[in-house]
Amino acid sequence: MENSAKQKVIEELLPQKFGKQGKIWVGILLTLCIIGLIAYIRQLSKGLVVTAMRDYVSWGIYISNFVFFVAISLVGSLITAVLRLTDVHWSTPLTRIAEIIAVSAITFASIIIIVDMGRPDRFYNLFIHGRLQSPIVWDVIVITTYFFISLLLLYFPLLPDLQIMLRYKEKTNKWLYKLYHYLGSFWKNTAGQIKMSERAINILSVTIIPVAFSIHTVTSWLFATTYRPGWDSTNFGAYFISGAFLVGAGGVVVAMYVFRTHYKLEKYITDGHFDKMGKILVMLALLYLYFNVNEYLIPAFKMKKPEEEHLRGLFTGEFAPIFWFAVSMAMFFPILILLFKKGRKPLPAFIAGLMVVIGSWFKRYLIVTPTLLHPFLPMQDVPDSYRHYFPTWEEWAIAVGSLAGALLIITFFARIFPIIPIQETITETEQHEKA
Amino acid sequence: MEQSNTSRRDFLLTSLLTGMTAIGCSTKDPFTADAPVDVKPSGEKVKLLSVDGEVIEVDKAFLKPVPQLPSVSNAEARVGIPGKKFVMVIDLSRCKSLKKCQSACDHMHHVHSGQNWVKVYPMQDAEHTSPYWQPTICMHCDEPPCVKVCPVDATFKREDGIVLIDSDRCIGCRFCMAACPYSTRVFNWESPDTVSEELAVQPYSCESSVPQKKGTVGKCDFCPDMTRQGELPHCVAACPNGVFAFGDMNEDTVTNGSETFRFSDLIRDKAGYRLMEDLGTKPSVYYLPPVNRNFPFENKEQKAEDKKS
Repeated sequence: MENSAKQKVIEELLPQKFGKQGKIWVGILLTLCIIGLIAYIRQLSKGLVVTAMRDYVSWGIYISNFVFFVAISLVGSLITAVLRLTDVHWSTPLTRIAEIIAVSAITFASIIIIVDMGRPDRFYNLFIHGRLQSPIVWDVIVITTYFFISLLLLYFPLLPDLQIMLRYKEKTNKWLYKLYHYLGSFWKNTAGQIKMSERAINILSVTIIPVAFSIHTVTSWLFATTYRPGWDSTNFGAYFISGAFLVGAGGVVVAMYVFRTHYKLEKYITDGHFDKMGKILVMLALLYLYFNVNEYLIPAFKMKKPEEEHLRGLFTGEFAPIFWFAVSMAMFFPILILLFKKGRKPLPAFIAGLMVVIGSWFKRYLIVTPTLLHPFLPMQDVPDSYRHYFPTWEEWAIAVGSLAGALLIITFFARIFPIIPIQETITETEQHEKA
Repeated sequence: MEQSNTSRRDFLLTSLLTGMTAIGCSTKDPFTADAPVDVKPSGEKVKLLSVDGEVIEVDKAFLKPVPQLPSVSNAEARVGIPGKKFVMVIDLSRCKSLKKCQSACDHMHHVHSGQNWVKVYPMQDAEHTSPYWQPTICMHCDEPPCVKVCPVDATFKREDGIVLIDSDRCIGCRFCMAACPYSTRVFNWESPDTVSEELAVQPYSCESSVPQKKGTVGKCDFCPDMTRQGELPHCVAACPNGVFAFGDMNEDTVTNGSETFRFSDLIRDKAGYRLMEDLGTKPSVYYLPPVNRNFPFENKEQKAEDKKS
């Protein structure tokens, strides 16, 4: 690769200042975060009574939002680890997008689970009185592990890029330069360093796969370890994992489109990427559909009494509109769109990805709440408000605020660091030319 | 304020010797704001063992009984009463849903209004089977699903079979509520409205489950505080029809206050059973089927609702 071509790649991929659009976007996200924060302060002072959760529906959209975040964070391991280990090279430009989605989502998963706690002031009890027998403690352990591995998988491939950015001092400001210097000044691009880094990344890629499977399997066990209809299922781990890969891949397609159009990255995130990601999405949607059929058809065939009430509520009852909306948005429509070559063009793929993400959010809600409204003993001796659940404005504000917060992390990350790995792009092009 | 600060040490000391202090202590309360500032030292010193293990001398005049302190320590409350295995037998043939059990329980445990630890369900198992009243409390399972999932050991199973909650430790994750198949647990979504300010500042006791705290889980506790005093749980004592019989399985006796039964005979003769046996939770609460009933089934609430609509 010639120097001038290299120069061009670097200049095109260096992080850019927020334009007018970027500023408005950040402004909106910050506002949503602040509203969420205000709602949380209200909740802290008044207690969880500000939510619509009551003794029967004791877990609401906080928990489904938590499951959503854990799910979407799994994509980091899919794109970075699974595709890297299987020697797939086209995904290189997408690795950093996937990894920052993973890190920001897992961060907010941890935050939202604290929001759901009745006594967040006693969080430390998990460490001083933690019982290893409880699936919640397993979740704390694997999520923390996943967070750190993801952070390292974000950081190590960033080192050569930091070094590039340090060379382009005039393109950055004082603070960012200091940050780059702090994070990456030790990196000299020596053969030894590169070798070490590659080894480290390989080891991490191998490690993150079982950890990623663990975080979502354990999250599914928070439900599957109980007796309740709709949760009492041996299918739950695989069902959650397949759904997680689907929503994560959907999220990456959405992010790809936004970054591509906003930063004019058509050369790097090509139509081919959308085509390939589209195909992956179809495969994942079919896989998730398969587990859904298992999850619903088998109990529906037997129609055991408690299951029957739960399933009728989903298929034809109170939750039917959301159920069919979620299922068609997360699976049916995206499959229909992406099966066709034209559907895998950037814009339709983006729409399909967005549908997957939205449908999946509601799907998580349907996994958590309807079950709780169908206890074994009838709902009795409680005020009327205990028999229904519709989130209050505080719950919506906090849930939306957390989603905005996750997007904010991704946005700031793309402002500070190159969202497409520069060094890796150059290396890959060189290898390609040699071949 | 100052006064309460300076007396903190004394307060701790007195807690160690509650019983002893009954002898010759001042009638004036030195620990409240309205106490006379001039509590005169009597000159008579008492040697006490502080919490740190040092021996301290305190004037007798500053000692007073502290009735609101928990009768047993948290560590003791977690172990339970040695040699006991508590059981409850609920005779469905005697229940007419008076709900005296419920109101007594709510009152004594200061349960938030609207919530109940005792619930009385109108049950009908199938279309053509007879309806009956089924009071439920915590089943104090021998394989408690709630205890299994608790991440911080805030809910625990004692040697005497009772499942309790430590509200000072509960983090409010509500996993136990999801795990309990009997829907017996309630959550303090806000500070219970039935707890007075006076009560709210008292130390929490696992055995009395009082005072309930915001952001923690609550449930029926089988009233071990009453049992320690040789009294029956509140629901048992409150029921005029003798629906509830409480006792010790090791002694093989249960009583509803007026009648005492041999537990094994009662269960055998009346075909006692437990709820949701198939789940393997092994409840400590047994039911006697609603046969030869004392009262006909009459659902007044349902009738009132039907009339309205």
